[in-house]
Amino acid sequence: MNWWRRLWRRKQMEQQLEKELRFHLEQHANELIAQGYNPEQARRRAKLALGGSEQVKEQCRDARGTRWVEDLLQDIRFALRLLRNNPGFAAVVLLTLALGVGVTTVMFTVVNGVLLKPLPYPEPNRLVTVHGHTETWNSQIYGEQNVAYPDFLDCQRESRSLEIAGTLYNGATLSEPGQPEYVDLREISSNLFSVLGVKLAQGRAFLPEEDRRGAGPVMILGYSFWQQHFAGNPEVLGTSAVLDQKRYTVVGIAPAEFRLYGDEADLYTPLGQDTAAYLQNRAVHPTAIVARLRPGATLANAQAELSLVGHHLAEEYADTNGGRTFVVKPLRPPVDDVRSTLWLLLGAVSLVLLIACANVASLLLARAVSRERELSMRVALGASRGRLVRQCLTESAVLAFAGGAFGVLLAALGIGPFLTLWPGSLPRAQEVHLDWRVMLFAIVVSLLSGLLFGMAPALRAPARGLEQALRAGARTIEGTARHLHGTFVISEIALAVVLLVAAGMLGRTLLRVSALHPGVDIRNVLVTRMALSPGVLADPGKIRPAWQDVLSRASRVPGVQSVAIVDTVPMREGNNQIGYWTSADVPPANRRPVALATSVSPDYLKVMGISLRRGRFFNDQDRMGGELVVVIDDVLAQNAFGEQNPIGKRLWMPDMDYGPFTVVGVVGHVRHWGLAGDDQAQVRAQFYYPFSQLPDQSLRRWSELMSVVARTNLAPLSVVDSLRHEVRGVTGDQVLYEVRTMEQLAHGTLARQRFLLLLFGIFAGLALLLACIGIYGVMAYLTGQRVPEIGVRMALGASPVDVIWLVLRESIGMICVGLGVGLFGAVAAAHLLEHLVEGVRRADLSTLAIMIPVLVIAALLASFVPARRASRVDPMTALRQE
Amino acid sequence: MTAKSDLPQGTLDLLILKVVALGPVHGYAIAQRLQQVSLDVVQVPQGSLYPALHRLENRGLLTADWEETDTGREAKFYRLTRKGRAQLETEAASWERLTAAVGLILKMSEGGVE
Repeated sequence: MNWWRRLWRRKQMEQQLEKELRFHLEQHANELIAQGYNPEQARRRAKLALGGSEQVKEQCRDARGTRWVEDLLQDIRFALRLLRNNPGFAAVVLLTLALGVGVTTVMFTVVNGVLLKPLPYPEPNRLVTVHGHTETWNSQIYGEQNVAYPDFLDCQRESRSLEIAGTLYNGATLSEPGQPEYVDLREISSNLFSVLGVKLAQGRAFLPEEDRRGAGPVMILGYSFWQQHFAGNPEVLGTSAVLDQKRYTVVGIAPAEFRLYGDEADLYTPLGQDTAAYLQNRAVHPTAIVARLRPGATLANAQAELSLVGHHLAEEYADTNGGRTFVVKPLRPPVDDVRSTLWLLLGAVSLVLLIACANVASLLLARAVSRERELSMRVALGASRGRLVRQCLTESAVLAFAGGAFGVLLAALGIGPFLTLWPGSLPRAQEVHLDWRVMLFAIVVSLLSGLLFGMAPALRAPARGLEQALRAGARTIEGTARHLHGTFVISEIALAVVLLVAAGMLGRTLLRVSALHPGVDIRNVLVTRMALSPGVLADPGKIRPAWQDVLSRASRVPGVQSVAIVDTVPMREGNNQIGYWTSADVPPANRRPVALATSVSPDYLKVMGISLRRGRFFNDQDRMGGELVVVIDDVLAQNAFGEQNPIGKRLWMPDMDYGPFTVVGVVGHVRHWGLAGDDQAQVRAQFYYPFSQLPDQSLRRWSELMSVVARTNLAPLSVVDSLRHEVRGVTGDQVLYEVRTMEQLAHGTLARQRFLLLLFGIFAGLALLLACIGIYGVMAYLTGQRVPEIGVRMALGASPVDVIWLVLRESIGMICVGLGVGLFGAVAAAHLLEHLVEGVRRADLSTLAIMIPVLVIAALLASFVPARRASRVDPMTALRQE
Repeated sequence: MTAKSDLPQGTLDLLILKVVALGPVHGYAIAQRLQQVSLDVVQVPQGSLYPALHRLENRGLLTADWEETDTGREAKFYRLTRKGRAQLETEAASWERLTAAVGLILKMSEGGVE
């Protein structure tokens, strides 16, 4: 019989064992009777010869090899029975654990999907990116450098170790089929999909011969775009669409959820077909590179090879490529923005889990102490120490697994709401699922917590001073147990302090930064990006009149008070950073101070409600051919000119390709980086320059970036339809997109702080609740153990107040130690928050003054209940208990 | 009673295998036979006989079936498996080598070692 069947047919095995031994005894007895013994004596002798039949049976069971499983099953059954007999205890423990494991699992699911999972391409560790690198480039401010298109082609041709693909961000107006609309366009080299190793959902990828100038225009639809605009109809393949006045044939549909850089493009076109002049310029770096290591090649090979290519290019094109090299790095998911938030939250939930464990541990310990008599009895009956430890740990494991199972259930329910709560869009959100890693995590976390909270009671279990325990009935507990209980209360309070203070700091930060003035009047301002007609953009002569026309038409829309155009809008993504100098001998780029440049039309100041401090803002006389003018904010005025009057001073800015500029006015600072972020931003100084003085060669590029802003005397969004209609242009293909209000943008900059506050608030509330339950449980238990002592004290004349004080003193001691330990943690947490969350200041630690009393009062209330109960003890009953 | 020897460690298994090798037999008969054959010198503690039988069964050296005895009662009869027979042969051989060697040493004359 194999091991499994022996285990499975345990009952049958037992019966057969019994039968076999009975046969032996009867057989022996019969023989003895035949030898002349009387039946009574014969049976007795036979039994003596065999030895204790129970011991023999035990040894036979041991020989079966299934013993430990049977013990385990027995322990589990016993543990379940204990829980059933004590449903209140079971409910509290399971709920606590389920909450702890649940929130931790939700956070881990997100961390796993967003940060830990490899990229969703085959052999993701063979994928790399290639960045440009120059000594003077500050990638902290500007991010990684892309590559000039001609440089990209050179790398692609020269590299033996890499198969290189390129992509380019762009936008375009899709005028057919359907209503004209602005779409998010990605220009890609024909090998992009094959380099990544993904298959198209429908149709085919671009062919190498299509990735050239003059080839037939072809496009691939993004999956979501295909679903929304063509209802997922595969017959769209082979039809045509008009993009920026050019007719394209649809040849493929990109795979679902294809997001190379975090967002899903609407359309893809071949990069090689783009004839834009800037793509031939080695000084402009728009191409992002993704590449796959060819079989056998290593990252070091690729780096050495591209360094050499960069070296050759630097020699050949010294003016554009001098000092420029290429850096090869492993391709990583675009999740840097959320990394710190996610780890922060995972840290916070681990604190909640720890509190839950401490809570369960103290409850279990209390129960273990009251079970001391039972355990001592079992030791007296021959149970070994190891056996008892094993049983206690089995009980904790049963609790941990049951709690963990509920926790995973909670997590499965909670993950959806959590993702919708996330401010903005969470990168890789589509990859967040409960998968095997999450299950493994939940199991490990449950087991570890089981071990954590089961250890103390288990190691206690084997009775010390056996006969003492039996005699005393385990009513009084020794110092060590009291001490252990105290440790749990202290750690719970300490952990709760950390979470409460963190929540308090976030709340205070939010209050403080919400009250800050953004520098603009955010009420009743509409902000929308706008794409001029592709026909206008193609003809530089038409661009200026077209914008004039847009402004004059928009100002006639009912409800619009004033209107302006602008390239970068405060508190929205996008900025233009320009180095400046106050004299003609401008230092190299990395030593120039940097400011945010904004190109505007004259009414911008009026629309945004920015205050004018000195001089004037722009007017219609600031145009091509006139004096080049700028208006600076008071930060730039202070940085560049100190106490001097800046009006009439000049600024040199080589990055602008023209200048120098004369300062004609000073305006108030605008919180471009958001309410919370602006104070800590690296580049705060700002200046404005007239869109009308932009040189012709920049006009087209800038026109693709411009937004329309309007101050309204109606609700801003109510004028959108008439505005859209008014500015659509003669050809009807000028479109508005990304329509927002300034209020939405300002609100959005605090979304992360609000989200963190909400979660930390929830966690801190949970922590407080758990800690109070823990304190109540422990104090009730400890006080219950002291009833006889209290009885004696009262019999000797202690008043109820004395007794309440006696109990409270013990808990106050624990609370104070807990607070002390917690404060260290809180200071560390404050440090972390200051680094990770914009707007948080360490000074906000003063929220301690509010949060600590909350905790102390809650903790005292929790211990007051048992204290009061103790004060009502009847001395006579109490003494009789002993 | 005559003087009785305790069994050396591990020999109980060998003896059981040998007895069972003679034909299907139940536990009581094994105990009886060991005692008779060894002229009461080997005293098998009956209490350790059954755990040993079960252990050998679990190791796959013995199989057991319930069969009727001559007197018409049901008893658990043990048989040697192929694996058990092989085990018996190797253990018996090594036992003989051991006892032969021990015998040689005991028969050695005083000072006979050169």
